[in-house]
Amino acid sequence: MPMVTMADPRTSGQRNDVYAVLLHRVAQSRDRSAFAELFDHFAPRVKSFMMRKGYNSELAEDLVQEAMIAVWTKAALFSTDRGSVSTWIFTIARNLGIDRLRREKSQLYTDLEDFDTPDDASDAEENLGRSQEDNHVAKALAQIPAEQRELLILSFVEDVPQSEIAQRLNIPLGTVKSRMRLGYQRMRKLLETVT
Amino acid sequence: MKIAHHLDDATLIGFAAGTLPEAHAIVTSAHLAMCPQCRANLRGAEAIGGGVLAGQAPIAVTQTLREATLASLDRLSVAAVKKSITVPKSAELPDVLVRALGVTSLDQIKWHRKLPGVAIYDVPLPKGSKAKLKLLALEKGRAMPDHGHGGEELTLVLKGSYSDKFGKFSRGDLADLAEDVEHQPIVDSDETCICLISFDVPARFKSIWARLAQPFSGM
Repeated sequence: MPMVTMADPRTSGQRNDVYAVLLHRVAQSRDRSAFAELFDHFAPRVKSFMMRKGYNSELAEDLVQEAMIAVWTKAALFSTDRGSVSTWIFTIARNLGIDRLRREKSQLYTDLEDFDTPDDASDAEENLGRSQEDNHVAKALAQIPAEQRELLILSFVEDVPQSEIAQRLNIPLGTVKSRMRLGYQRMRKLLETVT
Repeated sequence: MKIAHHLDDATLIGFAAGTLPEAHAIVTSAHLAMCPQCRANLRGAEAIGGGVLAGQAPIAVTQTLREATLASLDRLSVAAVKKSITVPKSAELPDVLVRALGVTSLDQIKWHRKLPGVAIYDVPLPKGSKAKLKLLALEKGRAMPDHGHGGEELTLVLKGSYSDKFGKFSRGDLADLAEDVEHQPIVDSDETCICLISFDVPARFKSIWARLAQPFSGM
């Protein structure tokens, strides 16, 4: 796998989003107005995201509340080295969804939270998340071939396992995986050029 | 510890999206705990999720939800910040395995022995899990069960080592091979090689014991 050199997250990552600044204010001084701004931006998107996963409006709002409360209580754990605020909130929402829908433990994700404090993240040259603005990710998604984009959307939005995607689209699992890989690699290339 | 064998990008995307069956997700998580390179790569995959979330057309939340959430902040003390249930620390096992196996050392595993030089432990998973998870302990010279039985299979080395045509696999290395790959891994360490294996259970499934009992050439 080619190593990708990214811009220093401490400079490019800050431009990343105003949301990182708001989240920092929540972490530092329990700033309620900063939280309200984060809520007004992210809550309707998390709701939309959850509803596309098949939750009804009421359950989706329960999950929005849980996710936004996690944003308040875990704000200090966020680091721009790990990616954008959207990516962080995506992981919170994902873990809540796994708990709720499949009754599987999402603990195996939180077990990883202890790793990679900003100090040792300098090894992590390949991290395309930390310096990317979300709209770059969205643009890159729009630029990859439709058949690759479709699989990433099925995975990230509809939570369809790869074996089921293969059945649904009536293509071999090997093809699903190779399209996933190609799509991901294409995106990395595209994101590399925007920094 | 230098990791030589890593997660396939497709597996990483499945983990990032949260779509891997639990058995595969546990093996993936355990490898991630040992592998900074794959952790960095994971964040790249999660960034796709972030982009997708950011790109959602907003659906307004009810005013009640907004008020209730903002009002609840006062009641959330700093205590709520403390991390979820912690597990005893283990030098040998990442947290995710201490949790899944219920032990802090591989010496505490209650092995099931059926063949000379081979022991297996079935890791309990929630009902309805679509893939199985096993620990496999093999002595020097023993062969790992053959792959290519029609499903996903992840193998993470926790102790000792084995070799096959893809190279040598030592602690932390992960074999994430396509279902149609044929290979013959043989334990080459003096100490017993212990691996964590997750695999799908396809319709025509041959038990892991049957696969181990198969005679193989090359010894």
